[in-house]
Amino acid sequence: MTARTLYRKLVDSHTVVELDPDNVLLFCDLHLMNEYTSPQAFAGLHDQGREVLMPGQNVAVVSHIIPTHPGAFRVIQDPASALQASNLKRNCDRHGIALFDTNDTLQGIEHIIAPEHGMIRPGMVVICGDSHTTTYGALGALGFGIGTSEVEHVLATQTLVYRLARDMRIRIDGRLPVGTTSKDLVLMVIGRIGAQGARGCVVEFCGSAIEALSVEARFTLCNMAVEAGARGALIAPDAAAIDYVLARAPDITGEQRTAALAHWATLFTDDGAPFDIEHRFDAADVVPYVTWGTSPDQAVPVTGRVPAANGEQRTSLLQAMRYTGLAEGTPLEGLPVQHVFIGSCTNARIEDLRAAAAVVKGRHVAPGLRAMVVPGSGAVKRQAESEGVAQVLIDAGFEWRQPGCSMCLAMNDDVLAPGQRCASTTNRNFEGRQGRGAITHLMSPAMAAAAAVTGHITDVRQLEPLA
Amino acid sequence: MNDTARGPVAGIAAALDIANLDTDQIMPKQFLRGIDKAGLDRGLLWDLRFDGDGRPRPDFVLNRPAWTGTRVLVAGPNFGCGSSREHAVWGLQQYGIEAVVAPGFGEIFYSNALNNGLLVAAVSPEDGLALLNEANADEPLHIEVDAVSMTVRTPTRSVPFTLSERHRRMVLDGLDLIGASLAYRDRIEAFAATHHATHPWVKDVARRTRQRLGRT
Repeated sequence: MTARTLYRKLVDSHTVVELDPDNVLLFCDLHLMNEYTSPQAFAGLHDQGREVLMPGQNVAVVSHIIPTHPGAFRVIQDPASALQASNLKRNCDRHGIALFDTNDTLQGIEHIIAPEHGMIRPGMVVICGDSHTTTYGALGALGFGIGTSEVEHVLATQTLVYRLARDMRIRIDGRLPVGTTSKDLVLMVIGRIGAQGARGCVVEFCGSAIEALSVEARFTLCNMAVEAGARGALIAPDAAAIDYVLARAPDITGEQRTAALAHWATLFTDDGAPFDIEHRFDAADVVPYVTWGTSPDQAVPVTGRVPAANGEQRTSLLQAMRYTGLAEGTPLEGLPVQHVFIGSCTNARIEDLRAAAAVVKGRHVAPGLRAMVVPGSGAVKRQAESEGVAQVLIDAGFEWRQPGCSMCLAMNDDVLAPGQRCASTTNRNFEGRQGRGAITHLMSPAMAAAAAVTGHITDVRQLEPLA
Repeated sequence: MNDTARGPVAGIAAALDIANLDTDQIMPKQFLRGIDKAGLDRGLLWDLRFDGDGRPRPDFVLNRPAWTGTRVLVAGPNFGCGSSREHAVWGLQQYGIEAVVAPGFGEIFYSNALNNGLLVAAVSPEDGLALLNEANADEPLHIEVDAVSMTVRTPTRSVPFTLSERHRRMVLDGLDLIGASLAYRDRIEAFAATHHATHPWVKDVARRTRQRLGRT
């Protein structure tokens, strides 16, 4: 049998029909929905008099629009957003689809809820009307984002007409230096290969540096692969990934467990399997990275400067400088920020909050700066509270909020004012992303925490030790 | 249906010389609060078209009188990257845009466009630059984007674009993709039965997990 990549194995095992050499009808094991990319899909389905083919393989989460103000009960004030939430509930009730509703205590961001409750299992195909569905590659599941027409297609058929991607392998060997994280690693990779560097590809990450990452750190890495244009990201499931899943999926027992383990052991790229593109990076090169511009690939080491606007990119570099108010050669370190946001499907898991707390413990948020932590889910929030992580952050002057997507895309009422500069653990620094005219600098939770206590972009490795 | 079912998209082109123009900018978040597709033409390229007080920016190409009725966007590389929001495609179409020419598109946007019959013409970086320069003039450029011959034509040049045969048929014939896939319903259900017999831990995983967790 010919050697296959992990990606090809996942596609082959989910192909219902080969439609033509480039397209297959792909079976989808799990379909996640949210309140803002699914309404028109349900409406289309109803207009055509169609049913949901396999409701048990579908789940919905209200996550993008919900307010995060502290308090027991959440009320969505914006009437249009409230209608989106009630409409989602109505659609889920009508079709018997599982829902995490606005005031569910397990509520949070779809990409955090799904794996933390064991819904993501190695070898699955997982899709969602949200681009950061690539996150699930961390568990050896093929996850990718789709549009609303495709949401409707999945509801009606539990399949997608799927155009095959190319295989890319990114190998990273070595050890991440102290003070750096998978967020820094992924910002370095995107910075080097570019925002289109993996366009049309499913990226398999491998190498000793990847094997050494925790599962949560792998989520961060795969989450942001889409920012290099990747159609998917994969890490072959190892013992760490399998332990993570089994600890959260108590239904997998007995004979099923034996069969599942046997299947998961086949989920790797065969020796000699062909990749269309290969990259290699050295983990030793990773330093704390921050973005200076308006595209995630405009990332530089925190010790670096805004680059010169040369070459083919000149126009877009100048445009980014105009928007962020930074000139060529400006050092990133020392740049004042007015806001710090720790949250999002990239970095709002317990490990992220622990990392932030470790930096701010015994310190205080700089005067005049607003710092906010939005945990990724109700479960993360409770865990952080029971471990004392929340109290450390609160004592340092952070706002401790209810879970949700919040200021990652600012679709709820957490929005920055024009001109505000934000140190953010999110995935996108696009123009207007966190508010019209607001400026986003992407970085790791530890780096965001360091910015919070100093009031400016700071190399977390250089923070003075506390006496 | 034959190839003449839908003629070329012909009309005025507007140049958007911006790399990585993301769907956040094509359709900002404040326009994503609907449960239908209505009114998205208003939100299209909002921050580029309007200033902070909601007044049209007179220097933005789509606001210039000569570009009224623009049907084609000539854009920079990686047009439509970022968020999966299909609202970006709906907004373009409601505004009257029928084709976008660019040296490469964001992946999800590309599929979204074709699923809605928006013609996305991927040209080489060199041709893309030449077309941008030509469209970036004082007078509007008349352009034809032809899915039959797979060419973009202007008064001075004709350049090829790529589109897979399946996607070409979707643009030309306006396929009902769901209807076509439902024709395979028996095979889908047979596949699922086998798949779930051999991988029972993925069957009804959403419903079973929700039941285990209880509604709280």
